[in-house]
Amino acid sequence: MGMTMTQKILAAHAGLPSVAAGQLIEAELDLALANDITAPVAIREMEKAGGHVRYKDKVALVMDHFTPNKDIKAACQVKCTRAFALREGVEHFFDVGEMGIEHALLPEQGLVGAGDCVIGADSHTCTYGALGAFSTGVGSTDLAAAMMTGKGWFKVPSALRFVLRGALPRFVTGKDLILHIIGLIGVDGALYKSMEFTGEGVASLTMDDRFTVCNMAIEAGAKNGIFPVDEQTRAYLAGRFRRPVRVYEADEDAVYEKTYTIDLSALRPTVAFPHLPENTHTSWENIAIDQVVIGSCTNGRISDLRQAAEVLAGRKVAKNVRCIIIPATQEVYLQAMKEGLLESFIRAGAVVSTPTCGPCLGGHMGILADNERCVSTTNRNFVGRMGHITSEIYLASPYTAAASAVAGRLASAQEVLS
Amino acid sequence: MNVKGRVHKYGSNVDTDVIIPARYLNTAAAEELAAHCMEDIDPAFVKNVQAGDILVAEDNFGCGSSREHAPIAIKASGISLVIANTFARIFYRNAINIGLPILECPEAVEGIRAGDVVSCDLAKGVIKNETTGERFQAQPFPEFIQNIINAGGLLASIAQK
Repeated sequence: MGMTMTQKILAAHAGLPSVAAGQLIEAELDLALANDITAPVAIREMEKAGGHVRYKDKVALVMDHFTPNKDIKAACQVKCTRAFALREGVEHFFDVGEMGIEHALLPEQGLVGAGDCVIGADSHTCTYGALGAFSTGVGSTDLAAAMMTGKGWFKVPSALRFVLRGALPRFVTGKDLILHIIGLIGVDGALYKSMEFTGEGVASLTMDDRFTVCNMAIEAGAKNGIFPVDEQTRAYLAGRFRRPVRVYEADEDAVYEKTYTIDLSALRPTVAFPHLPENTHTSWENIAIDQVVIGSCTNGRISDLRQAAEVLAGRKVAKNVRCIIIPATQEVYLQAMKEGLLESFIRAGAVVSTPTCGPCLGGHMGILADNERCVSTTNRNFVGRMGHITSEIYLASPYTAAASAVAGRLASAQEVLS
Repeated sequence: MNVKGRVHKYGSNVDTDVIIPARYLNTAAAEELAAHCMEDIDPAFVKNVQAGDILVAEDNFGCGSSREHAPIAIKASGISLVIANTFARIFYRNAINIGLPILECPEAVEGIRAGDVVSCDLAKGVIKNETTGERFQAQPFPEFIQNIINAGGLLASIAQK
């Protein structure tokens, strides 16, 4: 029986000729990561067990969620993690000044790549599937065990296949594609399963589109999302990725529980209304807003900022709307500076923040008050996610978020630019 | 292991943000987390919950963030068992890893109401609604998972070996 792309990677890392859905395996990990929220719990568990980091070059600790430290307690969490990294000799420790949002930073720094098997104590670890890696989110205890052993146990997932055809129309992005898919299959539509993207339409998606798509696989309940490795992947990895590229392809006779064919050219700007990512809409009445956030591990990369600038340059953020823009990494920040995007943002009346997960999870840098509405390029619109429990989050692409900032209400880029 | 308690019941897609909002994630202390457990979905939960109580929910319980703080908060609040139709996969692993008993049993979810008293033999997966007398059979965990839960979590069970 044939294997999916995910199953091929898992088999290789488990040292097995083949694996099948449902099988329990132990696999070698190429990288294990945690952040300033999940690392302290893992460190405490590890210390209780008297353990140490086994492979110092296969652990990454990224201080991105509540940093620069938002309060005393958060500062103490980072201090604990910093001391641990130093004590254990963790090679990839990213503190303020070097850090960026983990799922934008690690690919950019070449720490993850094609053929890898990665776990992270953060649910959006599934992002690296864009590079043709198997990567999935776990909790802190699993991460502690991984740091101690360099291994992890997995139940081999079954898979859903998404065959992509055509190319995305103007102002329609990877964000619209993944929101469309979550709207189609629901927030538990891929529970415990892989989402494998394939078809000739893949070539038309940029790497940043693919990162966004895989990033939100978890919002459909998936264990991982994954794209095949093509010329674009190789070009992205060249000069960054520090290990050999390992290319795995799904077998012709791989078993998929279900196949969906998606015509990219038929997609439209898509927005997930409160309070679930599956609550998607492509048209709406007048929805006035208070805030816009452009950034996060979902949409804080350079192409996201370019899209936002395309709309904001030479325009003004509407009166009574706060527009917060957060480049995901220092490199993205610098690039945006070189291209003049930051100046466009500031002249438009937006603010630009240092990299942080901040507002996405209601941490800091843009918390919502009661009954406020926010259009956000982030990944979750759960009750209270960005602040008060009566606040509302509309998930959208950078184009739609920037257009909404200008219009003062939920709006598409087409509408604002024409 | 046997558990018994009064039921707190919720619907589908109870996410980890409402189980423990991120504004409280600047600590890893179980008692502090428990003080805010379920705060954004049921502000009265912390006041009402008693040691041994059981949480029952519908589909995809624990979806969203991978924060292990969510099962930690539930366990430290006194909850002895969570029964749901399905669990989100990261929450499922996390609950086992920290020693919070969980069972998937749609029949039990259907046949149990908020406020009912429910008992469960975790080793056998037998759930009994003491209020109505109805019994339900869930798939019990294999022995190695039960050992993790009985030890109080994955690393505690490794330390015991």
